[in-house]
Amino acid sequence: MALSKKTLIHMYETMNRIRLFEQKLQEFFAAGEIPGFVHLYLGEEAVATGTCAALTDTDMITSTHRGHGHLLAKGGDLKLMMAEIFGRQTGYCKGKGGSMHIADMHLGILGANGIVGGGGPLAVGAALAAKYKKSDDVAVCFFGDGASNQGTTQEALNMASAWKLPLVFVNENNGYGISCPQCKSMAVVDIADRAAAYDMPGVVVDGNDVLAVHEAVTEAVKRARKGQGPSLVECKTYRWRGHFEGDACTYRCTEELEEWMAKDPLPRFEAKLLESKTLTKKEAENIKERIVADVEAAVAFAKESPMPPVSALMEDVYA
Amino acid sequence: MSEKTYLQALNEALRQEMERDPNVFILGEDVGQFGGCFGVTQGLFDTFGEERVMDTPITESTIVGAATGAAAAGLRPVAELMFVDFIGVAMDQLFNQAAKMRYMFGGKTTVPMTLRMPQGAGIGAAAQHSQSLESWFMNIPGLKVVIPSTPYDAKGLLISAIRDDNPVVFLEHKLLYGMTGEVPDESYTIEIGKADVKREGSDVTIVATSQMVYSALEAAERLKADGIEAEVVDPRCLQPLDKETILESVKKTHALVVANEAVSFAGPGAEIVALAAEEALEYLDAPVKRVGAPFCPVPFSPPLEQAYIPNADDIVAAVKSIR
Ligand SMILES: Cc1ncc(C[n+]2csc(CCOP(=O)(O)OP(=O)(O)O)c2C)c(N)n1
Repeated sequence: MALSKKTLIHMYETMNRIRLFEQKLQEFFAAGEIPGFVHLYLGEEAVATGTCAALTDTDMITSTHRGHGHLLAKGGDLKLMMAEIFGRQTGYCKGKGGSMHIADMHLGILGANGIVGGGGPLAVGAALAAKYKKSDDVAVCFFGDGASNQGTTQEALNMASAWKLPLVFVNENNGYGISCPQCKSMAVVDIADRAAAYDMPGVVVDGNDVLAVHEAVTEAVKRARKGQGPSLVECKTYRWRGHFEGDACTYRCTEELEEWMAKDPLPRFEAKLLESKTLTKKEAENIKERIVADVEAAVAFAKESPMPPVSALMEDVYA
Repeated sequence: MSEKTYLQALNEALRQEMERDPNVFILGEDVGQFGGCFGVTQGLFDTFGEERVMDTPITESTIVGAATGAAAAGLRPVAELMFVDFIGVAMDQLFNQAAKMRYMFGGKTTVPMTLRMPQGAGIGAAAQHSQSLESWFMNIPGLKVVIPSTPYDAKGLLISAIRDDNPVVFLEHKLLYGMTGEVPDESYTIEIGKADVKREGSDVTIVATSQMVYSALEAAERLKADGIEAEVVDPRCLQPLDKETILESVKKTHALVVANEAVSFAGPGAEIVALAAEEALEYLDAPVKRVGAPFCPVPFSPPLEQAYIPNADDIVAAVKSIR
């Protein structure tokens, strides 16, 4: 697939933005500066990036508890995200949502979600709205291997297919639901196999190869826009960190982690770009430096921002 | 007898019941090797193995339903949901299946199932991981609702819940897991539906549950300085509710404040003040007061979350407004 240089560079930037943003969060969480839970996306950057690069600004996504990558890939603002995660008034949700609930309706982000499997039905609704309004938009539902076992996810797959909705189910199979390995929670090896039960295409891709993800999702999006209904794209990937920051992660062996870290999606993509001369070493360095500065600016913005006033407690309960 | 945390007390209750009765088993997400989201099932997998400490897929509906089915078929499951908030996914299996089975079948079956769920705010977990939902369960005939505040109560009540022939919703508070107290090493039970007077007093009754028991005790100490002796009653179970103990206290003190962390409107306190209004109105010298959470979801940001959670100040203010 011939992608424009602009798209490729954009994808490269996005992956780095997710990586550097999350590494910063990791630091701040360890320093005790972030309240609540933080679920990092490190190692899975290619999935969100490859997927969202196939979408327009008005296409919609539903995200998960591990949502930072999805939000950034869909165009989420670093500063507003950082401020929200720090619980500040200037954050995306005025400090009321935190890491697990960030949303940006202008970018079609229907929110990260604290409920595993909560996104599937919402994505059905978003796709239904697109079809209803004949808008040509599609919806993407990001969901984990663990979430694929939730009834809501299976119900969403069924309904989307029965109603031929413009919906792409993007499964991020990182092998674990918290401590539970996939082999203990389901009998199938490929979650994509389940697509057959709903008469929709199901494909497996290397989730650490951003181009492979992008190609498969682009295909699925095309189908969806043509009114041919939903697809399921399973991206095999791996979560580098524990389930949440602070998880000792004793249920996985280091060899497995090392094996996957060797398949780091970033250097893989970078090598391809350098080889094809889409990018020079110098340009790559510049991009990273710029993102480091952007992330620092986001941190400064968050830290300078006030906490929400107690008077905001009862605001926004009703419209 | 030795000093134990609430978490250790629960763990010990599970261990002792599993040793006593081979039909007792545990199921839930990450309850095995991982030891449960907050660590309550820690070590049980090593002792009892995966046949009795079962990691399930992420599927609350089937966790609750399977526990119900297994209970009806003769076992004594103890199911865990990581957070009470996830009961939404499993509501039908709890409300329409577990709670209704015995009655609908004309008493032909029992459902000896225990469903453990942590609730409550205070750890920055935001709106979908911080609720206190006891009033949902209190409103469903067929369910028992246990809500212990101390390590001692937690152990005795969990053992009773496991031995009970009904579906019991067992509500723990995340912030209580680290609380310590004296807990006997041996197995013991506490009658489900029996309140405990946590502090005696003559001037006002504070009925408090779960984590709010500690706020009520703190409030009582502060009120003492102003010459007000508060009696703190911990119902420990909301269904069945120990009406006698509450009414006895109100008849003695002639004033009632109810404190809970759940949303006040249509919350658990509503039932308790209605009880006093119906059955002890003539003993009341002052209006009843409820202390509870405001009518909004639990916010994430720490200052908002702290403002959300009712505390000892709120209880003191409520008591002073009537005494
Ligand atoms: C309904 C519900 N059940 C359980 C949880 C607790 N929980 C949060 S994330 C998670 C694991 C999700 O696994 P998966 O879908 O594979 O996503 P991953 O964390 O691997 O990205 C669990 C069990 C929850 N948040 N919501």
